[in-house]
Amino acid sequence: MNAVANRFALPLAGFALLLVVLIAGLYHAPEKGIIVSPLLGKPTPQFSLPGLLDESSPLQAQTLRGHWSLVNVWGTWCFECRAEHETLLQIKQQGKVPIFGIDWKDDDDKARAWLSELGNPYERIGADREGRVAIDWGVYGAPESFLINPSGTVVYKHVGALTPEIWQQEFLSRLL
Amino acid sequence: MRARILVALLALAALLPAPRADAIDSIPPLPEPALQQRYLALTHELRCMQCQNESLADSPVGLASDLRRDVREQLLAGQSDQQIRDHMVARYGEFILFRPRMSWRTAWLWSLPGVLMLVGIVIGVRVLRDRRQRVGEESEESLDA
Repeated sequence: MNAVANRFALPLAGFALLLVVLIAGLYHAPEKGIIVSPLLGKPTPQFSLPGLLDESSPLQAQTLRGHWSLVNVWGTWCFECRAEHETLLQIKQQGKVPIFGIDWKDDDDKARAWLSELGNPYERIGADREGRVAIDWGVYGAPESFLINPSGTVVYKHVGALTPEIWQQEFLSRLL
Repeated sequence: MRARILVALLALAALLPAPRADAIDSIPPLPEPALQQRYLALTHELRCMQCQNESLADSPVGLASDLRRDVREQLLAGQSDQQIRDHMVARYGEFILFRPRMSWRTAWLWSLPGVLMLVGIVIGVRVLRDRRQRVGEESEESLDA
């Protein structure tokens, strides 16, 4: 009897361990797709993008100094961005943090048409036609939103559509 | 007859050019073969952040092709492989490397195969020793009988 128990004890223990690891993995699966940005706690990358609506007002790192900012990466080809737009308009209405847009690999005309159709929540928009600035920001899937403090440090990043709840819990709570 | 056709088809397939890893872009290869070699190696070991389980070299999505452009430009600018990897990690984090770096945080990952193999060897040796002992006892028993 004892011999039989011994023979099964080790494999059974191994199996139980595997089960725990796999179940823990399942539980944490939703976070797996989100990659923590190495930009957090660091100053925004140096960049300068031509203005989408007004060529004479470019979006650059200096634009994001001296006040809190929300930098939102979007594109008219991005499905989730349409869902997010209403929230951005609400944030603008609220008037606490100005929103700056990076229009990522987009067609300028389509982007302008989108804004006149849905409304423009942005203080200023830079056109990243070749997608180079987005890479410097570590963007991998629009929409992405960054919270920048007055000294230009990236405080928080959210991947995916913003909702009023996320804005309240993850962004506004970080404002000092 | 069938076998002969099959052999002929296989021979024909061997004559076809192998699919090229860089065929995903319609741009010409880098000017020097050595650079092109490094380009292929790097784009195979960097992850496509959008599809996450594909390499930059294999992924057709827009971001992957932008990152391939980045790798090309940096190779042409004379950057080393390590500088290019660091450039990517600074933007996308360690996750972009398919081959994680050796550090205290990844030590367990790197040592796990060795540890598992040791465990396997220990178990194997024990099982063999047990079996030999049992066979020895049995033959003694049969001698006694």
